[in-house]
Amino acid sequence: MNAFALPMASNDGGFVPPTISDTHLPDIIPWLAPYGTGFGKQMLVVIVSVIIIAWFFKAAIRSPKLVPGKAQFFAEGFYNFARNTIGRDIMGEKNFRPWVPLLFTVFTFVLLNNIFGAIPFIQLPSFSHAGSAYAIAAIIYFTWITVGVRKHGLRYFKLAVVPQGVPVWILPLLVPLEIISNFIVRPMTHSLRLMATMLAGHMIVILAGSGAEYLITEQDNILLQATGFAVIAGSVAMYFLELLIMVLQAFVFTLLTALYVQGALDADAH
Amino acid sequence: MVTAAVILASEGANPLGPNWWEVLVTAVSFAVLLFVVTKFIAPSFEKSYTDRVEAIEGGIEKAEEAQAEANALLEQYKAQLMDARTEANGIREAARAEGAQILADLKEKAAEESARITAQAQVQIESERVAAVNSLRNEVGTLATSLASKIVGEALDDDARSNRVVERFLADLENQSNAGASK
Repeated sequence: MNAFALPMASNDGGFVPPTISDTHLPDIIPWLAPYGTGFGKQMLVVIVSVIIIAWFFKAAIRSPKLVPGKAQFFAEGFYNFARNTIGRDIMGEKNFRPWVPLLFTVFTFVLLNNIFGAIPFIQLPSFSHAGSAYAIAAIIYFTWITVGVRKHGLRYFKLAVVPQGVPVWILPLLVPLEIISNFIVRPMTHSLRLMATMLAGHMIVILAGSGAEYLITEQDNILLQATGFAVIAGSVAMYFLELLIMVLQAFVFTLLTALYVQGALDADAH
Repeated sequence: MVTAAVILASEGANPLGPNWWEVLVTAVSFAVLLFVVTKFIAPSFEKSYTDRVEAIEGGIEKAEEAQAEANALLEQYKAQLMDARTEANGIREAARAEGAQILADLKEKAAEESARITAQAQVQIESERVAAVNSLRNEVGTLATSLASKIVGEALDDDARSNRVVERFLADLENQSNAGASK
């Protein structure tokens, strides 16, 4: 078994807790299975998110008005958040402009795919699957390394791992730490932070659902059945907490993207 | 080995193990979305953003311009009004002075004219009087002599004598009239 199964529950005999495999839904096109795990709901959701984002923002800004309508105002809220709150405030007036599309894409893509976890019947945050989180974090990882190398040449790696203004005798200790921190741990934390929060939220929803179902349908004692409703009530609170975390993680992920790119651009400034 | 893989797959036990299809789909989806955003969405938003900033800043600028223009015009009008007032005062003063001057000139002229007329009249009167006196002297002399010759029957052809008589007679007349006038 794995760590996500509750040890106590397995002793119970009646209740089978949900596992990670429950977050991997059956293939939509099963006959592709010989070529891989197949085309699952998660991939469909990711593709749908791209279509929704592209369609919505394109439609909202199709005929821009000086005094925006509801849709345009809503869309501009997202754009200005990615542009000003994340881009300009983190990267500075000088650098941020070319990076606004990237930040906007990261933010809306992650946000919508997270929010999918809170929409009934979809209820699958795409980034609870590690592959998606790795993919997008890897894209950003190679982006900021490329930015650094293009701006500073190969000297960038020295700038990135050798901090200035520290005594020479501490460098042998510090440089390996910086290498590990910047080039190895950073992409891992970047992706796993997102994936783990989404997976945890998703597991809580599944656990609450199956737990409540078990308590209500399988128990004979009316009091135990009543606790099932308490679980549902609790899961509503968890739902809103998850909603908050979904938005927050999208923000954090984009914020870190901006920080990494900014760090690569200004590697010689510190 | 095969069993282990099957168990692993059936349980999906390791949440960190990626499904490579998902990696591929996510990466491609992200790339597509990034392309769409960069190509179509971001420029539209940027344009809308700059348009709005321009509209707002332009509006403020325009309003400030209009305000400044209005202030300048007001200043100009005030200055013009002040000038006009000063000018009007000057004109009034000048007119008053001119009027006084004209009045004085006219008075002087009138006085001169009257003096001239008076003098002329006196001269005329004097000359007419002299002429009258002369003609009277001649005619009175002739009349008187002819009358006297008729009365006396004595020819007084001697001019020198008759003149003397006439002179004496006139002198007497004058004396009489002077005495009458002085009386």
